[in-house]
This record gives sequence, structure tokens and C-alpha cells, in this order.
Amino acid sequence: MDQNVPIVRYSDGERINHWTVAILFVLAALSGLGLFHPGLFWLTNLFGGGPWTRILHPFLGVVLFAGFVVEIARFWRDNRFEDCDRQWLRQWRDVLANREDKLPAMGRYNAGQKLLFWVMVVGLVMLFVTGVMFWRPWFAQSFPIGLVRLAAFVHAAAAAILILAVIVHVYAAIWTKGSTRAMIRGTVSTRWAMKHHRAWAQEKIK
Amino acid sequence: MSSLQSLDVKQRSATTSPSPSVRSTVEVAKLIDISKCIGCKACQVACGEWNDIRDVVGTNVGVYDNPPDLSADTWTVMRFTERETEGGKLEWLIRKDGCMHCAEPGCLKACPSPGAIVQYANGIVDFIEEHCIGCGYCITACPFDVPRISKHDNKAYKCTLCSDRVSVGLEPACVKTCPTGAITFGSKQDMVDHAAERVLDLQERGYQNAGLYDPKGVGGTHVMYVLQHADTPEIYHGLPANPRISPLVSLWKGAMKPLALLAMGAAVLTGFFHYVKVGPNDADADSEGSGDARREKTDPRVTNREA
Repeated sequence: MDQNVPIVRYSDGERINHWTVAILFVLAALSGLGLFHPGLFWLTNLFGGGPWTRILHPFLGVVLFAGFVVEIARFWRDNRFEDCDRQWLRQWRDVLANREDKLPAMGRYNAGQKLLFWVMVVGLVMLFVTGVMFWRPWFAQSFPIGLVRLAAFVHAAAAAILILAVIVHVYAAIWTKGSTRAMIRGTVSTRWAMKHHRAWAQEKIK
Repeated sequence: MSSLQSLDVKQRSATTSPSPSVRSTVEVAKLIDISKCIGCKACQVACGEWNDIRDVVGTNVGVYDNPPDLSADTWTVMRFTERETEGGKLEWLIRKDGCMHCAEPGCLKACPSPGAIVQYANGIVDFIEEHCIGCGYCITACPFDVPRISKHDNKAYKCTLCSDRVSVGLEPACVKTCPTGAITFGSKQDMVDHAAERVLDLQERGYQNAGLYDPKGVGGTHVMYVLQHADTPEIYHGLPANPRISPLVSLWKGAMKPLALLAMGAAVLTGFFHYVKVGPNDADADSEGSGDARREKTDPRVTNREA
């Protein structure tokens, strides 16, 4: 069969959903980093200065979280861990060395993508919950000070982990050619699908 | 308040380089002798007058505390505690609450806005409201629950120790007005010495546990108390026995900042060098032949051997 035949990987809705969340994540991360480290306070200029950054950041976060909840509903089924995922993770050296032919056949997502997905689920839920807890002037005063302190700490830690996860996510998209196109235009070649997600490809072309 | 040129800056929020500090000033302190306080609230009135702030008229909440709490418009408030002594007598403890002007201020450590909180060389910790962004991190970090955010402008306010008056050689307004001499002001050393005399006097009069409140957990404070019962500061309306910046705040505003940025930078570099070494994972490139065949085409070592 023709290896160049396009296979639909992401529907219009999935792509729009993903990029909405992605743009909001970048905005939330930049504004959050501006308030996190003095060396990055200049980032608040992108949002109209310190007070505006303080005002906008939580709203960006809430919209981001709402968008991500929709994304969870779309993708969680394909991100359930299976037995072959353990084998894939064990062969992480083959993954990093581009020896994909030695890896078990993957479904729509490989074990690394699944791991990233669940890190994001846990991370964003924590960011949302803790963010509300020290959101001024609306909610922070309703929580005891010990909890507000814990929330501020967890919020920063979860954000740092999430930004790291997104750096890995973006790099993986740059590294694995064709996946950025999949998320922008929606399709991949049959060859791409057979190489990276054989089990999923076989399902699709049946 | 805006930053006062006549007072040198020792520390500045969200600033990692040194502040202007060629001059050295005497460290100042306000000493509040609780055993001399009669609860007249003249200091509260003087504070509002000098700083030109008026809180809304509230309602009686059943105790003498009025207003019932600090606010953006009330920078000092008398806290009244009624307690029964072991002898069954009433003891009325009246503490003038407000900013303690810590030597190691949690508010300044947590503030994300450069220069919104400064500590002058004389020890006064001042909020520079024009730089305040209203995030409330100062409230989160303060061990004494002092800063308040105004509902009108979303800026944080607290006692300035009358930095404007002190900078021109005057004592704070509350000190000026106190009718019993319960509040005194001077160099920190003089105040510590004065407190020692007062403590001795109180001990001679039966208060064996009298002492100075100058908590070391925050590096000492520039507002100090003489307490009749220094062994149990909590009885003075919850004055913390061992105030310190919460370890969570220290981590959040300490080690985590450089470590997180370092990790992010390292992640980006790791990705870049991985690409440099391993190259793209490209399904379509494979179609042009097997990996080995391609390497033979491009690897100069292979062609050299053939030549």
C-alpha cells in the first residue's frame, strides 16, 4: 500500500482545543515566571506591567484549566497504561537513540506521551486548586495562612515541573518529524504512523 | 510612601544586586512597654492623623478592640486581653499591634516586585505602594499577620514606623503622643538598654518572667515589647513565641527560584544537544533507504575507506 497516504491523527476540534490550551499555557507560564523570579520580572511588561500581570495570570489559568479539562475528556482513553508500555519505558535507551524498530508496537500514544499526559493532568489540577487558594483579592483571605503558604509553595513547584514537562513535549515534537504537522494540519503519512504508532496505524487502515 | 532619599536602603524586594549603601546609619527601634500602657488609643489616633488615613466607623464587637483588626487604613490597633491570674485577679494585657519591622522581613523576601518593599539602613521596613502589584505575597510571608491590602486600590499597607518623620529626626507619631511613656523611640541599643532597666524593675515588683520581646527567629525586630510575662508571649493576643519565616516560604522564595530556572535551562540544552548528537526521528527519511545505507552515503569516514 502507498506509504504516503494521509491518515487523520487529530480532528479539527482536537487541534483547536490543543492550541488554545497551548497558547494559554505559554501566557500563564510567562506571567507566572515574571512573578516567580526577580530576574524574570521584566516578563510582566508583556502583560501591561506588574499589577496587570497579577490580575491576568489567574484568569489565564482558569481558562487554561477549563480548556484542559475538555482535552482530558478527549484524550484520557488513549492514555491508559498497558503492559507494553512498561516494556517501552524499560527500553528508554532505544527510544533516545532513535532505534524505534526495537520497541514494542505502540497505540495512539507511546508510554512517554502517556506519562507526560498524566503529569499534566496531575500538575494542572494542583495548579488550579492551589492557585485559587492564594488568588487575591478574591479567595486567599478565606483560607488559613498555613494553607495559603503551602498553596504558594506547591503552586510554584507544580508549575516548574509542568514547564519542564512542556519543554520535553515541545522537544519531542521537534525531534519526531511529522508530529508538529499532525497537530497543525491534522494528518500523518501511513509511513509515519507505522513507524511511531504501529498498533494505532494498523487499527486505522484496517 | 515613596522611597526616601535621606534614608539609605539596606535591602530591596526582588532585587539580587546590592542597594545603594555608602552611608551607615544608626539602627533605630521603638520600644513598647506593655506594663505602662493604659489602652487610651492615643497612638492609634496619632497614627491616623499623621498618616492622614481614616478607617470606616465600625460597630462594637463586644471587646475594646476598635477597629477590631488592622486594615489598609488602620496601621496600628490596641489588642485587649482579659485574663485571670493564678491568684484569681483580673489582668488586663493591652498590646499595641502593628508591623514589627523585622531585621529579616518575610514580606520583603516574598515580594515579587522590585523595590515595592525596602528596608532602610536604620532598620525600618517600608512598603513603596507605587511599585506594589497587589499579589499579597507579603501577607503570605509575614510571621505577624500585619500587611493588609486595600479594597480601593489593591495595594498593601502597614505601619511605616513613620519613616518620613524619622528621616528628618523626629520620633514616630505614636511615640510623640503616648501620654504614659509606654512607647519610646531611639537607637536600637538604647532601647535594649532601657528595656533591661524596665525588666529589672518589673522583676523586682513580682513579675519574675518579665522580659524583652526581640525575637531572634526574624533576626530581631525594630519594634520591641517589654512583656510582664515574656515566657508566654502568646497570652498577649497571640503574639508568636518563636516567629520566623515559614520554611515553606523560605523554600518557595529561596532555593526553588534558582533551581527551577536552572532545571528549565538544562532541559532546553539537553534537548538541543540530543538533537545535535542523535538527530531527528524522521519516518520519511527512512524511506530513502535503510539507516546503514544512508550513513554510507553521508559519513565521510566510510567514503574515505572506499577511496
